[in-house]
Amino acid sequence: MGSKVWAIAKKDIQMYYFKGPVVIFGVLFPLFLFLAFYIGRNLPAAFLIPGLVAMTIFFTSTSVSPVIMPWETQMRTLERLISCPITVRTLIVGDILASFIFGACISAVPVAVGVALGVGVKSPVILALAVLLSAFCFSSLGLLFSAPPTSLVSNIMMLSTFVKFPVIFISGIFIPLENMPTWGVVVASLSPLTYFTDLARFSIQGYAYYPLYADFVALLIYSALFLLLAVKLHERALPKRF
Amino acid sequence: MDAIEVKDLSKSFEGLNAVDRVTFSVHKSEIFGFLGPNGAGKTTTVRMLTGVIKPDSGEARVMGRDIVRETQRVKEVLGVLPETANAYPDLTAWRNMMLIASLYGIPRREGERRAATLLKEFGIYERRSSKVKGFSKGMKQRLMLCMALVSDPEVLFLDEPTSGLDVQSARSIRQRIKELQEERKTVFLTSHNMQEVGELCDRVGIINKGKMVTVDSPENLRTRIGGSVAVEVRLDKAVDMSRLEFNAERVGGTYRIYTTEPHDVIRSIVGFATLNGLKILSLNVQSPSLEDVFVKLTGGSNGQ
Ligand SMILES: Nc1ncnc2c1ncn2[C@@H]1O[C@H](COP(=O)(O)OP(=O)(O)OP(=O)(O)O)[C@@H](O)[C@H]1O
Ligand SMILES: [Mg+2]
Repeated sequence: MGSKVWAIAKKDIQMYYFKGPVVIFGVLFPLFLFLAFYIGRNLPAAFLIPGLVAMTIFFTSTSVSPVIMPWETQMRTLERLISCPITVRTLIVGDILASFIFGACISAVPVAVGVALGVGVKSPVILALAVLLSAFCFSSLGLLFSAPPTSLVSNIMMLSTFVKFPVIFISGIFIPLENMPTWGVVVASLSPLTYFTDLARFSIQGYAYYPLYADFVALLIYSALFLLLAVKLHERALPKRF
Repeated sequence: MDAIEVKDLSKSFEGLNAVDRVTFSVHKSEIFGFLGPNGAGKTTTVRMLTGVIKPDSGEARVMGRDIVRETQRVKEVLGVLPETANAYPDLTAWRNMMLIASLYGIPRREGERRAATLLKEFGIYERRSSKVKGFSKGMKQRLMLCMALVSDPEVLFLDEPTSGLDVQSARSIRQRIKELQEERKTVFLTSHNMQEVGELCDRVGIINKGKMVTVDSPENLRTRIGGSVAVEVRLDKAVDMSRLEFNAERVGGTYRIYTTEPHDVIRSIVGFATLNGLKILSLNVQSPSLEDVFVKLTGGSNGQ
């Protein structure tokens, strides 16, 4: 199964990710959104960088993954693909793998920006683990968005935007958890992005709101949930795409 | 054991019985033609047999493997050319081939060897490093056929492989289909080209409005319509043939008369021409075409 997953991922990377606009958009969009919130508020760079990393990894991991399925339905490449001896699981995991590689690689950009601004990474291993796990988690979420069996890319874009923005706003990116009222913390705990942001703050600023293991466990649970749900829903949706 | 065994296979879409309790079988190393008007249910049948969609009821086996319970094992022995499928436009021809090869679990070296052989054979090897989006329709279709053959499958499903192609491309594909039979492969061929089906297929199944109408060899099918033949005659002047006691149908400059007694018809035509001082430019007797049979069996209607 491994080599088939890799074949799918390689196809995705060559088809969808190796395109200038996709890469540039993946970096610029989180940056602009982020600057829009922080411009004029005199905050230390060490506070900003973890949020920027979180924003970048979230946007890049969920940028292309939701549109692969509707795209392939529309381009009519999907029927040839699933006439091959592969399962829906192989297909989904391949798509996740491509998105994961993209998300993990691009998230190095804001980290490098931070280093250039003099913000060091105190715990590189924790940050690396957090990036890898979150890139996987958010990529799976991205595939969950494409479960409705439509060929209209715009519908899926709309659906994913509807979910993505709340996930960001309720997370601890803009307001640190320790400054939130109790209900804010409760709401924030629903967003998987909260746990990555917490780990990023730990790695860069040196302190976290939750214990590290709790952040990792939460991300693992969300990853498993998104992955299982994505496979289940796509298994049901795939025959309806023809 | 037959290569494909289908029993009471059914599929409906929103209340429309696209495929309605279809039963037939395809022998090993046979070229089986699957005919039917637009919307008859051919592509739906192919999609069920290739594991793309699930049947509502009924069962089918391909090389003894159940299409629902052993879908993956069925797909392993198949080569598929879907009716409306595309290769990846932003990948090169070579990458498309290698993608399919890896999805069939073919080791890389072997995949490269087969891809090179196939692309050379179909005349696209020189263009292997070009993106498919720049290919002509015929090149794309030939590439899709290469992709169907790269796994060296035992059973091939070709859904309208020559539709929209020029004479040469269509002919080279037909030639290859014949060779596949010599390699003892089973071919399930869907086509609207009656001549192609008559020329290639050992047996033909006709489906109409989701129901199987008949399965027989092209020869047997031709004799089905009452043993009648068509006498075609061309005269040097346009004349009023209604003076003859036969029903003549005019096709261009030719008159066609359907009859079970060609002998009588020819005698009267010759007599008629002599009497009226007309010259006979051509005169021939045609056994009924597969197309005539097809139109008769499907009632001339289309299922849409
Ligand atoms: N996914 C689908 N949703 C709804 N209806 C469908 C679907 N697929 C096929 N049909 C319907 O099922 C019927 C059979 O379609 P099918 O594509 O199998 O015909 P066909 O014999 O291949 O026709 P053609 O010669 O035009 O390719 C048609 O009426 C078609 O509209
Ligand atoms: Mg069809």
